Amino acid sequence: MAFYFVQFLTGLASAASLFLVASGLSIIFGVTRIVNFAHGAFYMLGAYVAFTLTERFSGALGFWGGIVVAALIVAAVGVLVEMVLLRRIYHAPELFQLLATFGLTLMVQDIVVLIWGPDDLLGRRAPGFRGAVDFFGQNIPSYDLFLIALSPIVLGGLWLLFQRTRWGVLVRAATQDRDMVAALGVNQKWLFTSVFALGVFLAALGGALQIPRDAVHHALDLRIIVDVFVVVVIGGLGSIIGAFVAAVLVSELNAFGILIFPKISIILVFLVMAVVLIVRPWGLFGKPEAAARRTPGLTVNPWRPLTSGERSMSIGALVLAAMLPLFAGNYALTVGSEIAIFVIFAASLHFLMSVGGLASFGHAAYFGLGAYGVAFLAKAAGLPMIVSLLLGPLLGLLGAAVFGFFAVQLSGVYFAMLTLAFAQIVWSIAFQWVAVTGGDNGILGVWPDKWAAGPASFYWLSLAIAALAVTVLRVIVFSPFGFALRATRDSPLRSEAIGIDGKRVQWTAFVISGTVAGIGGALFAYLKGSVFPDSLGISLSVDALVMVLLGGVETVSGAVIGAIVFKAANIWLVSQTDLSKLVLGGFIVLMVVAFPKGIVGTLEAIRNRRRSSEPKSALATSRIEVAE
Amino acid sequence: MSMVPTLLSVQNLSKSYGGVHAVRSVSFELRAGEILALIGPNGAGKSTCFDMLNGQNTPDSGRINLLGEDTVGRKPRAIWRLGVGRTFQITATFPTMTVRENVQVALVSYGRQLFNLWGSTASYARDEAGRLLDLVGMGAYAGRPCGELAYGDLKRLELAIALANQPKLLLMDEPTAGMAPRERIELMRLTARIAREQSIGVLFTEHDMDVVFEHADRILVLNRGSLIAEGSPEEVRGNPQVRAIYLGEGLVYDARHREGAGA
Repeated sequence: MAFYFVQFLTGLASAASLFLVASGLSIIFGVTRIVNFAHGAFYMLGAYVAFTLTERFSGALGFWGGIVVAALIVAAVGVLVEMVLLRRIYHAPELFQLLATFGLTLMVQDIVVLIWGPDDLLGRRAPGFRGAVDFFGQNIPSYDLFLIALSPIVLGGLWLLFQRTRWGVLVRAATQDRDMVAALGVNQKWLFTSVFALGVFLAALGGALQIPRDAVHHALDLRIIVDVFVVVVIGGLGSIIGAFVAAVLVSELNAFGILIFPKISIILVFLVMAVVLIVRPWGLFGKPEAAARRTPGLTVNPWRPLTSGERSMSIGALVLAAMLPLFAGNYALTVGSEIAIFVIFAASLHFLMSVGGLASFGHAAYFGLGAYGVAFLAKAAGLPMIVSLLLGPLLGLLGAAVFGFFAVQLSGVYFAMLTLAFAQIVWSIAFQWVAVTGGDNGILGVWPDKWAAGPASFYWLSLAIAALAVTVLRVIVFSPFGFALRATRDSPLRSEAIGIDGKRVQWTAFVISGTVAGIGGALFAYLKGSVFPDSLGISLSVDALVMVLLGGVETVSGAVIGAIVFKAANIWLVSQTDLSKLVLGGFIVLMVVAFPKGIVGTLEAIRNRRRSSEPKSALATSRIEVAE
Repeated sequence: MSMVPTLLSVQNLSKSYGGVHAVRSVSFELRAGEILALIGPNGAGKSTCFDMLNGQNTPDSGRINLLGEDTVGRKPRAIWRLGVGRTFQITATFPTMTVRENVQVALVSYGRQLFNLWGSTASYARDEAGRLLDLVGMGAYAGRPCGELAYGDLKRLELAIALANQPKLLLMDEPTAGMAPRERIELMRLTARIAREQSIGVLFTEHDMDVVFEHADRILVLNRGSLIAEGSPEEVRGNPQVRAIYLGEGLVYDARHREGAGA
């Protein structure tokens, strides 16, 4: 019994940091409507800066002072980020904000390694809380007791801040209706900046307080952000009390989950989250998002099929690409195959995002499932390549059918977070179920049959499948189904009123998209000859998002160009510099701020401007700017 | 009159939120080709009534019989399939599509081709879409992006979309809200003409009494959730209770005296 009680206390202690970070994220979202992906990065920075300060200054004052000063320094960095970057993207679609802040996260990952090195750092213990308390023969670190006491104090402090101060009233008002607050003459810029500073302070404090418990390392950010997403989704975005309750719930689920399912403890948390989202999509303490005052859609120029000239150009480009083996070496052909595979992957996500308006942040799950499907069939069942290639993607289809059913019940950031969470579930299964998936060691020896083994033949195979996939997706875009899907995206109210079952249409689109991603993954397994959990990871999901964004969301086939440019640049970058994340992150941020329409979208905009310089199109452009 | 079939029959419809009775035991009927207005002050329960009829809201008690089917608990899309067209107070159209495509999507749904992955929407029921657009006077705008339309044109496009399933009943929630006075009259004349030609029943809510008294065959007056009057425009206009609660005194709302009243 004592053991369970101590386990319970350990859970509560872990909840402290989680609550601090989650409440910061929630406060920022409530007012600015930005889901700050970089919150994990601020948490990590808080831990690193606190480590340096507490090492340099001795004594109790040095330690506690160091922790608070570290959080303040990181908050100052946050203010800088808000003023330089976020102010430019408050009116951009959610997806862009998530991506820009993810770009920041990537940059910070390389920066901390540059400053503090790649090794784990062990911080010193908290003065006054070094020992442990004995509880019926079980030891409880006294620092844990301190953390357990801290969260309610912070919660109370935040409550007083929001209920009893003028600033708090303004923040609550802005959370309900920021346009109205602005109309009442409140300086919104500084309100947003101060809210962001507070949120970042809380995140950094959460990180700084972890150093006596945990080693500081450069992967802390992604680990915490996934947990925090889960917490705010369960608790309800924008609700501090929700963040508190959910942080405790999640930490306790983790603490006890490890006793019940030691291998797949993470699944328990995600299952709870899935249940909460289906029963109360806006979280336990959140409020349903007011649908009003959203101007839907960015597109003013409706999509159209290719003209005959453009069609011959595309066929010409394909023929040119098919001639690559005539003059390129084996390495270039392998790169070419990889690019073709990523064209398939990006096109699948692009279909879901542009036509369906559903930004999946965990699309790698279906890519990876396709890869594992092939690996199982080829290795375990020993099936020939052509059969595995045809059947492997069915695992992606199956995953998309199950997860997609739940995901399409939601929309916007909640959809993004749920898809991310589902991808993490699949990833942790692949990682932890060693007996079947080989865990971290993956499945090796998935080689193509003889007819496709040469670099040139494999390249041709990948190219042909990519061309086929892109063509099929294009046909679907302009099919009656494609229009039904767009109708659901454009106006759920109107589409329901003309007999369209929106959820079923979106689910179908999700399954189509997941299956095509699975086809990409199946080829990828044969290209690499192996499958690892990385094929399901967050970073691959984000790569796909960047490819789509780079090509232009509001285009029909922009993702093709986006995938080619991104993948080529990425492969080249990794060979050129050790700081590829820094460069890539900076590139993402720059792209979101400077070219939100992507390469193809920008080209189309220029062409349209040339084609018609009537005042009508000027009006159209200004509509894009106000659209949100 | 009794030869004309009843399209919609509502019996004892009630809905309350907490302790507030939004709609209290409302009953009425609507016949084919009839134009019925639902009026009343703000908060009278018009929107709640409307939402229950089109499936966005479920009544606590009462029956709704639409074209011979009990529709309580059915989703809006199911009610649409019975032959009910719908327009909204704030227009709901598809801004990223052209005007023609907006109508074509509705036709795709009507033709049960929603899950057709392989056809071409551009050529789907193109003539029928053109005919509907001509009917509402939007034929010349067929190729225009819907997002560029003026508000009055959006209202007419919405009417074309609402007519795509060859409805027997049109539900129009404040059809002329947000329009200029001349556009209002034109839109309602158009609606009334189409309704009479095709023998479509129309139920609409409206705050503009000029529109109501000029076009409605019959008027229902709601107040605090209850039906307080029902009858021809003349009867309703002469009803002292309706005047006290909603219309006010004077002849402002008499279409024939409009200029004279100077309002």
